[in-house]
Amino acid sequence: MTAEHEITLVVNGAARRARVPGRRLLSDCLRHDLGLTGTHVGCEHGVCGCCTVLLDGEPVRSCLTLAVTVDGREITTVEGLAGPGGLSPVQRAFAECHALQCGFCTPGFLCTVTALLRERPAPTDEEIREGISGNLCRCTGYQNIVKAVHRAAELLAEES
Amino acid sequence: MKPPPFSHHAPRDLGEALEVLAGAGPRGKVLAGGQSLIPMLNMRLAAPEHVIDINRLEELDTVEAGPDGVTVGALARHARVARAGVHPLLGQALRLVAHPVIRNRGTVVGSLVHADPAAELPAALAVLGGSVRLARAGAAPRDVAAAEFFTGPMESALRPGELAVSARFPALPPRTGTAFTEVSRRHGDYALAGVCAVVTLDDDLRVASARLACIGVGPVPLVVDLGADWKRAADAVRERAEPDGDVHATAAYRLHLAGVLARRAVEQAVERAIGRAAREAAA
Ligand SMILES: Cc1cc2nc3c(=O)[nH]c(=O)nc-3n(C[C@H](O)[C@H](O)[C@H](O)COP(=O)(O)OP(=O)(O)OC[C@H]3O[C@@H](n4cnc5c(N)ncnc54)[C@H](O)[C@@H]3O)c2cc1C
Ligand code: FES
Ligand code: FES
Repeated sequence: MTAEHEITLVVNGAARRARVPGRRLLSDCLRHDLGLTGTHVGCEHGVCGCCTVLLDGEPVRSCLTLAVTVDGREITTVEGLAGPGGLSPVQRAFAECHALQCGFCTPGFLCTVTALLRERPAPTDEEIREGISGNLCRCTGYQNIVKAVHRAAELLAEES
Repeated sequence: MKPPPFSHHAPRDLGEALEVLAGAGPRGKVLAGGQSLIPMLNMRLAAPEHVIDINRLEELDTVEAGPDGVTVGALARHARVARAGVHPLLGQALRLVAHPVIRNRGTVVGSLVHADPAAELPAALAVLGGSVRLARAGAAPRDVAAAEFFTGPMESALRPGELAVSARFPALPPRTGTAFTEVSRRHGDYALAGVCAVVTLDDDLRVASARLACIGVGPVPLVVDLGADWKRAADAVRERAEPDGDVHATAAYRLHLAGVLARRAVEQAVERAIGRAAREAAA
């Protein structure tokens, strides 16, 4: 009855196949089936934002998505943000501004902010706070994360 | 935390979805955005044998705005409906629903069916007098008015084997303003209490009718018709609301909040109605 499904996900640009039961969460599929442990799992009910990945470029909770639902779609995880030239502008800005301490929340923030800056290349403080409101960080107090988002916007503008 | 095992079905069109749903009956659950169902599966609060995943039914990914109102299809996600900018109250409600990332997946119709007593969209549907369209295999679809649709906390008039295919939010009459106010512990959380208001003015710009719907203060959205007596908003709500207390807020605090929020919502709606009437007169 509870058959397994053959699925193909395009993860960070490469087609990856997996055999999963219907109940497999995308977060577990990425971490356990595909070995991509950069996507972190905190609460598994949508509250903390650690597990945020990009689905066809849009940020979504991988812990609230079934792997089978997104069969055939494109997923970007934190492992796919860096380019051939090294860390992405968002990643560099986070490092530069001390926007992480333990790093547990960071993959989710990086994916969320990458998408946020695509939609709003020069966000206001308020837009940043609204944009990251679904990501919890227990270390930084958020001030430096907000700074890093502004800095990433500058870096992106310089490079474009 | 992992969902319990289930059979996953991914129908390709509406007909197939209704067949599968009919076959599954009470052992089946529809999966739309998954932003409420998957947490419940992860926490083992739900254990359906069959999950009918409607994410491939692109025919239901629709937002249709007409002179009578807006019809939102079952696969239209919060973010897309908000971006469409087709109804002021719907926009005001959606801004308060969860966080942007959750809104990228969650659907408007899913939120109505989920019927959380603190959810914003059921109140918006109720205050506007909207309806939900339910379909089942081999029968004509039925439209259920909001007043009959919400039957209890997390309970709706949806019967096993039925799919909610769309929801209709009626358009606002002329000289009408709306507002949604709420208080939650953290931005994006379900509200401790919230109130939305729809206010219509007469030709002399006096309030002709004011209607409120309150969330978090009872099992279903509490609709309060104030008529022209909009200044009684706080008292009228406090007379009728019967909130429960929990770890987040006592019943007395929720009752107090509901009154304050009702006054704010109605005042804001009056202001917006005046603004809209002026714009309409100028047009
Ligand atoms: C962290 C977090 C915070 C949130 N905060 C809020 C908030 O403040 N306010 C708020 O309103 N919501 C909030 N939500 C819930 C969110 O709005 C959901 O998207 C919504 O409640 C359900 O929509 P969905 O499409 O995800 O439905 P699903 O999770 O897929 O389904 C929910 C229920 O409805 C049924 N269902 C869904 N669609 C249909 C259909 N077409 N026909 C028949 N049955 C159907 C399912 O079987 C299930 O029982 C929050 C969620 C999270 C994770
Ligand atoms: S693990 Fe997905 S939101 Fe917390
Ligand atoms: S850096 Fe530790 S939780 Fe954010």
